[in-house]
Amino acid sequence: MNRFDYVRPRTIAEALSAAAQPGSAYLAAGTNLIDLMKIGVARPARLVDLNHLPGLDAIEGLPDGGLRLGAQVRNATLARDAGFARRFPAVAEALLAGASAQLRNAATVGGNILQRTRCAYFQDPDSACNRREPGSGCDARDGENRLHAVLGWSDACIATHPSDFCVPLVALDAVVEIEGSDGAREVPLRNFHLLPGTTPERESVLAPGELVVALRLPPGADRFAAHARYVKLRERTSYAFALVSAAAGLHVEEGRIVEARLALGGVAARPWRAEAAEIALAGAIPDAAAFRRAAELALAEARPSGENGFKIELARRIAVRALSLAASGTPTRLPALPASPFASSAGGLHD
Amino acid sequence: MSMSVTFTINRAARTVELDDPRVTLLDLLRERLDLAGTKKGCDRGQCGACTILLNGRRVNACLALAISHDGAEILTIEGLAEGDALHPVQAAFIEHDALQCGFCTPGQIMSAVGLIGEGEAGLDPERVREGMSGNLCRCGAYRGITEAVVAATQAMGAAGQEDAA
Ligand SMILES: Cc1cc2nc3c(=O)[nH]c(=O)nc-3n(C[C@H](O)[C@H](O)[C@H](O)COP(=O)(O)OP(=O)(O)OC[C@H]3O[C@@H](n4cnc5c(N)ncnc54)[C@H](O)[C@@H]3O)c2cc1C
Ligand code: SF4
Ligand code: FES
Ligand code: FES
Repeated sequence: MNRFDYVRPRTIAEALSAAAQPGSAYLAAGTNLIDLMKIGVARPARLVDLNHLPGLDAIEGLPDGGLRLGAQVRNATLARDAGFARRFPAVAEALLAGASAQLRNAATVGGNILQRTRCAYFQDPDSACNRREPGSGCDARDGENRLHAVLGWSDACIATHPSDFCVPLVALDAVVEIEGSDGAREVPLRNFHLLPGTTPERESVLAPGELVVALRLPPGADRFAAHARYVKLRERTSYAFALVSAAAGLHVEEGRIVEARLALGGVAARPWRAEAAEIALAGAIPDAAAFRRAAELALAEARPSGENGFKIELARRIAVRALSLAASGTPTRLPALPASPFASSAGGLHD
Repeated sequence: MSMSVTFTINRAARTVELDDPRVTLLDLLRERLDLAGTKKGCDRGQCGACTILLNGRRVNACLALAISHDGAEILTIEGLAEGDALHPVQAAFIEHDALQCGFCTPGQIMSAVGLIGEGEAGLDPERVREGMSGNLCRCGAYRGITEAVVAATQAMGAAGQEDAA
């Protein structure tokens, strides 16, 4: 790990001015940042510690009915907040399907959104990686790329964004609240992460030194609560990143879908909102045929970026599974294996 | 730059001069405070051997910077027993043969104490396994570990509302 200066601001203004210095990085729990510093992928000159800043760790209901999640709220605290889990069950399920209990106790809302890709070449300073070192090439193109993107990738980079949490949040139109030295602004989470294009090193819309202060769920985002699920396929049942995942929310009235939400994880450099699928589902009867059609639309533009063509059909099937589970109703208690497509009891297809 | 940080570790106040901000909680415990019960497996958040309770919550000590946790309350495997009386989770691990080489055991036990405190797994082995998935065991003692955690939950009267009902 490189040496760095450590700064412990007491106000947001102090944090912003400390991070204005080039080479600064904000430290949340550090479960991603410290890991990357240990392997020499991140080498910040200065760490600006967010953990002693008051006011960033609240879960607040807003007068308009929305909900504001402070950037320093811990992933486990949010998932266990009974009111939150009742209104946003698919978000709670996604949180509980990520990492391990220990990591979720530490990891924050802001850090989760801003976690870096798990591409093995990105994590290896001896490999060529345009995202880590612009212009150096991309060793994933001819390397181990089974887990890489099938949507929105470019010749410069085929990495995916690994967060589970972000997938249902994008489906629910969450908004990111940002503060910088020029003032405050907000950006819809669906536009927050950037597709690689020719500049994969630009991972999000955040300018250097800008701070994520909160995430907001808009008023009415809880109208999907009765029919909301997250499904995540992994290479082992727990404590593993998604191969592909899907968040589905349905608003059903009198046997018809009034409105649908669908987003996919593990398929692109951003959580992938499947709008064409949502439009096709509106007004439909929630049955297998409608879900399969929606899944076809969601993956219509998908193409392999390497040895990963299998992910396209897998993603379709996970989308169908998430929509079917959502249609049958949000369970009153989360299944023993959150988000797993596999049964937790012998003989069952799934929970 | 040197910074003085204070912790309550296993119920005792400890002040440490940190001359280097790179020190993790794991290295602080093992290298500077002679508390080597907390193990270093992967040092990257992938195995759970370094699990401690930080302000009452289980976390991986290897990914936590000590300097950032100034003022925290820490419980490690060394602070679990009361004198000669083992903690119920320690007793259950012995009773159920929940270890072989023992390298993962301090992390498993601290994780189990955290899990029981969270109160969500109750006596359901499937939920216990899922709740303990952040702790790998190369010896594959998982069966005994699950049995021990269920037994300790029962012994501590902490089965949780779901299962008590
Ligand atoms: C073994 C392992 C398994 C994992 N499995 C999963 C998984 O299955 N699913 C999943 O979704 N995640 C998984 N994770 C990733 C985990 O969710 C992230 O490491 C965590 O969410 C990061 O949060 P943090 O608070 O530790 O962020 P940090 O590591 O502190 O920060 C991450 C990045 O965000 C920046 N940052 C943090 N907060 C802010 C802010 N408020 N404003 C601006 N910038 C900020 C930091 O500078 C840094 O670049 C896993 C991690 C590990 C180690
Ligand atoms: S896929 Fe992206 S992150 Fe991975 S090596 Fe290529 S450029 Fe780097
Ligand atoms: S040593 Fe910390 S998780 Fe492996
Ligand atoms: S007992 Fe040997 S690693 Fe678990």
